[in-house]
Amino acid sequence: MTDTPPILQIRDLKIALPKGADRPFALEGLDLTIEPGEIVCLVGESGSGKSLCAGAIMRLLPEPHVHVAGGAIRFMGEELLGKTETEMRAIRGEDIAMIFQEPMTALNPQKTVGWQLDEVLRLHTRMTRAERKARAIEMLERVHIPDPASAYNAYPHQISGGQRQRVVIAMALLLSPKLIIADEPTTALDVTTQLQILKLIRELQEQEGAGVLFITHDFGVVAEIADKVAVLCKGEMVEQGPAAEVLNNPQHAYTRALIGAVPALTPPPVKPVTQAPVVLKGIGLKKTFAARGGLLSGKRKAVVAVKDLTFQLHRGETLGVVGESGSGKTTVSRIVTRLLECDAGKVELDGKDLLACSPRELRAMRKYIQMVFQDPMASLNPRKRVVDLIAQGPIVHGADPDKARADARKLLELVELSPAAATRFPHEFSGGQRQRIGIARALALEPKVIVADEPVSALDVSVQAQVLKLLADLRDRLNLSLLFVTHDLRVAAQLCDRIIVMQKGEIVESGLTAEVFANPQHAYTQNLLSSIPGRDWTPPSFRTDAA
Amino acid sequence: MTSLDTDLSPAEPPRLVVFWRRYRRNRAALLGLVIFVIVVLMALTAGLVDPGDPLRRAGDPLTPPFVDWATPLGTDQLGRDVLSGVFYGARISLLIGVVATLVAIAIGVVIGALAGYFGGWVDDVLMRVTEAFQTIPNFVLLLTLVAILGSKIEWITLAIGIVSWTAPARMVRAEFMSLRGREFVDAARNLGVSNTAIIFKEILPNALPPIVVYASVIMALSILLESALAFLALGDPNYASWGNMIGQGRAVLRSAPYCAVIPGIAIVLTVLSFSLLGEGLNDALNPRQKKQ
Repeated sequence: MTDTPPILQIRDLKIALPKGADRPFALEGLDLTIEPGEIVCLVGESGSGKSLCAGAIMRLLPEPHVHVAGGAIRFMGEELLGKTETEMRAIRGEDIAMIFQEPMTALNPQKTVGWQLDEVLRLHTRMTRAERKARAIEMLERVHIPDPASAYNAYPHQISGGQRQRVVIAMALLLSPKLIIADEPTTALDVTTQLQILKLIRELQEQEGAGVLFITHDFGVVAEIADKVAVLCKGEMVEQGPAAEVLNNPQHAYTRALIGAVPALTPPPVKPVTQAPVVLKGIGLKKTFAARGGLLSGKRKAVVAVKDLTFQLHRGETLGVVGESGSGKTTVSRIVTRLLECDAGKVELDGKDLLACSPRELRAMRKYIQMVFQDPMASLNPRKRVVDLIAQGPIVHGADPDKARADARKLLELVELSPAAATRFPHEFSGGQRQRIGIARALALEPKVIVADEPVSALDVSVQAQVLKLLADLRDRLNLSLLFVTHDLRVAAQLCDRIIVMQKGEIVESGLTAEVFANPQHAYTQNLLSSIPGRDWTPPSFRTDAA
Repeated sequence: MTSLDTDLSPAEPPRLVVFWRRYRRNRAALLGLVIFVIVVLMALTAGLVDPGDPLRRAGDPLTPPFVDWATPLGTDQLGRDVLSGVFYGARISLLIGVVATLVAIAIGVVIGALAGYFGGWVDDVLMRVTEAFQTIPNFVLLLTLVAILGSKIEWITLAIGIVSWTAPARMVRAEFMSLRGREFVDAARNLGVSNTAIIFKEILPNALPPIVVYASVIMALSILLESALAFLALGDPNYASWGNMIGQGRAVLRSAPYCAVIPGIAIVLTVLSFSLLGEGLNDALNPRQKKQ
């Protein structure tokens, strides 16, 4: 090991940001070494500069606004920063490959998978056409795509998201690169697919003996895959070391805060809520999305989003709806609040059927069931001040505007925002603060039920922990009933008393969270639970002031 | 230690200040603003510059410019002062530009908003009507309307508004179609807000920036349409408008070109100012340009 140079050696790397950015350097004094056959995870929250590091190695920074201001990047002992653009082009793809977050945008939608694989070989090797095809199909086989020959002729939209990411990985590995840079390669994927892709990266990397720089924000993924971990905080590396060391015994306060914010997979203590009266009841809900075919494209198949869903929500209880994308969980949240018209079934709120209400009755009923949306930026009208956003509900339902605004200011205090926030516009807040505003708006009407659709999935992990804590606090203080839709089983384990697991529009399992997690009955639930990244690693708990 | 999520970032300067800063970046837009202000001043001070009727005889017919200081820009073949014509013409042009634009935008917003928000058959019906209007060339429709309504200035303005609403309607429809699917609209519905309030209080303010930008284009077009009408002698003869002046100057184009050229320059500059203004507004209102 000692006589071969490390695959990648970064010394004192500095990346400058344009004037007027929140800090002068995106990265300052980064040191990183990747040995052959090693997976190094670069972890950090959004804005920590982790993706720019990958850009600097590949020389894909948006120059001249953002540029390398100092330091050294040595690849196999050779300095990359002094190379010409032509030399870099040869290195990119051939020696260093990159796997992107979103496989759909990384592939050209107009060309077949085979054509795109073939192009890489055509540009970088002197193989004949037949050899190239054989090599491409062999590579597709190695990434475990079922029926590689037909995938070779498929267009990117004809294969699933997980398979697309496999194709991107196949493309990256075609030329047996020495270094693979993976920038959040599994963030856009479902947990079960994510686990498969992580295993695949590990397996291929071991075969090839390549070094991997793995960029992620998810400590679960780190626990799953990393040999070494480097933690970035606002452009500075605060901690670096072997994965087991950093994960179980972090030294720096920031790493401790981050790890402390990862929800543990231990469900809350069982509350005797099932005796409380039922506030919300869904009976036999069905929803089919009829796809309207175009004039020339012909009829498309209708999609069943929810079929025959029945559930009950007791007062003071949190019911989690979990499932992967396409399981119909978001559709459930929209049907229950009647933002989406349902095909059949009933939603009873305190015994009154919400779905049978006339438009006028419905507007009055909305007071009792409120929603917290996934994307806090999109769900707040950008042209309204915070105080008006929160007071809007009560004003619509006939409250005195001045009193409603005064109440709105009190609500801001309840969600732990400063009163100065009242007169500002939504874009002046961070993601977590916006979600607090969203929660305050939902609370303003003093609803009986709050439906939360992935309220923390767009947030960084430390912010997520704070918002979850706030939600749990408010729920206990105000005796709220929550219908909590999420794809993240860790989050569900933290907050929900009972969960229902959905697959393809159907409930496959339901029960107390603790019981389902400890002893899943259905094969799908078992699969889901065993796919949680880093499920064998329990984050050590610290007493920090941030978590 | 990491900062708490609830700490607020420092307050931003008021919106108008931000707006002006962004607008100021575009030099051409500043020029447009300057010309626009000059035109407005001309319209406002027309009565001071020449207190009398601009259509009265002010000197010898066809006095060239810069000869007689009573009529600095000369006189036309009937002895009317070109300078006061240009000043009073600014009033008419601006009036027609503003009112016709308001008419066009009002019709366009209502039709586009209804079509875009409700979709379905409402959209189908309203868009077929819009297309019916669009298939007839603007100016032909305008001529027809003026022929039916008569060439009083009120009718001309209304007619210009009626022929210009289709483009803003389609634009508003497109904006509404993309905005109605946004979560904040769902959030408002979830609060129990009525459809009317959602359309006008929630979505419309968000759809306004491109409409405001487009309004400047309509204003320029309305001024041109009015001038074209006047050029064909279909304008209101009781008012000195730039189009009227060019129309009458056409008769003496070879011997006294200034009679047509001076109001022509006024039209060019005014229309130019509107289009530069529109570009500047676009830069300032377009949030994608926020960072640079």
